[in-house]
Amino acid sequence: MLTNFKLSIIATSVIIASGCSSLGVEPWERDLLAKKEMKLTSSPIDASLDDHIYFSKEASSGGRSFAGGGCGCN
Amino acid sequence: MQLNKNVNLKSALTAATCSLLGTQAKADEDNDWKFDTALMYYAENDRVTATEGIISGTKEFKDEHFLNLKFTIDALTGASATGAVAQPVAQTFSRPSGKGSYSISPNETPLDDTFKDTRVQLNAQWTQPLSTDYVSSAGVHLSKEYDYLSLGFNGSISRFFDRKNTTVSAGFSYSHDLIEPEGGINTPFSEMIVPPTGEKDKISNDDSKDTTDLLFGLTQVINRKMIMQLNYSISQAQGYMTDPFKVISVVGLDGYSINQLYENRPDERTKQSVYWQTKYNLAGSVIDFSYRYMWDDWEINSNTFDIRYFIPLGDNYIEPHVRYYMQEAAEFYRPFLLEGEALPQFASADYRIGEMDAITLGIKYGMPLKRGSELSFRLELYKQTPKNAGFEAPGVLQDVELYEEVEAVIAQVSYSF
Repeated sequence: MLTNFKLSIIATSVIIASGCSSLGVEPWERDLLAKKEMKLTSSPIDASLDDHIYFSKEASSGGRSFAGGGCGCN
Repeated sequence: MQLNKNVNLKSALTAATCSLLGTQAKADEDNDWKFDTALMYYAENDRVTATEGIISGTKEFKDEHFLNLKFTIDALTGASATGAVAQPVAQTFSRPSGKGSYSISPNETPLDDTFKDTRVQLNAQWTQPLSTDYVSSAGVHLSKEYDYLSLGFNGSISRFFDRKNTTVSAGFSYSHDLIEPEGGINTPFSEMIVPPTGEKDKISNDDSKDTTDLLFGLTQVINRKMIMQLNYSISQAQGYMTDPFKVISVVGLDGYSINQLYENRPDERTKQSVYWQTKYNLAGSVIDFSYRYMWDDWEINSNTFDIRYFIPLGDNYIEPHVRYYMQEAAEFYRPFLLEGEALPQFASADYRIGEMDAITLGIKYGMPLKRGSELSFRLELYKQTPKNAGFEAPGVLQDVELYEEVEAVIAQVSYSF
């Protein structure tokens, strides 16, 4: 049982490692990634307005960026 | 005509920014300022209304040396839930100032309708490469409203690996906040005096809070169509985190309210979160999915799922958005206190730290215009559904709404040029 468990961990690790080796692109393959809509934060203004709303109305903040200070009293 | 207006507006903003910086504007400069502006209107049903405007300007000085300056102004008016319970009879409360009072109709959630504030915020951020593999960024912020001041700075460094397919980053931010609320800093659990006498049981006129954040991130390009980010952050706040305008009702076994006590929250909070985001390009359209799990030592846990779907429509685009948020109540959240029970060390009836689900449904429509400018419109509906975290309501409290839903409309116009 333990052996099977160890084997499955090794097998998973090998699969992940071999997967990782093929991660990424060459510089000339960045055509799609270079588009504005593929940026992780494609609209910083929307993100900033949303952060302000949810910080004021909910008990969580941050994650994507800093949680920061502020009042949020209302 | 429109083009001239764009150019004129940009020239005027460039001149204004340059005069603020004490530099000279050069019309023929290759790397002009780029501006992102937005006007947002936020309106809750019968509660808070806010209008917020942002002007953000970014300039590239030389190879990937960027300065971003952001100016935000918002105005807030309307009514905010005080934390007091609804009652089958009319209720009278004193204003936070201790001067003046207001009445709430039977079965209505008590709201204080005196909120009115204007906030101004300035951010400045400088980002530059340190070498081919390192990028650093540093910034400051200042935010001021009538009774609140927040000052802060931040810094971060990123290191690229594997043809810039992997980015590892670390950042910190520090913020010092000062609050000087109308009516002062209440003595914890002091009683709201009704009718008001002009006097209040307060410990001081102001207090402060310090927040330190650390953020560690890993960004990985998976393939030509997919990018992923994983962040871990920890935020530690020390100081005044009680809401000076919130109360908690003390009720009898029959459910009738006896009096209102000003709430009291711990003066330390450590929040941690894990954030995962994936973007996938599906034949020109882009799926943007993110998930955040947050937990803290107030025993609030939350899950946030967010999905946006960018769909090109010719030159324009449309982007539907769904966000789902679930939070558990803080360990000291209490919708009310029972008469005769010993006062807890901390207690707050603020629904925003109670158990709650929230959903946002939105849509954005964007139109690229000439010379790289873009106009977009965003409309979102936000609904909060507070829940009972297992508190048994005595007597008449069973017949009133203790966990009222809040609905809001968010409308936004953005213009980049």
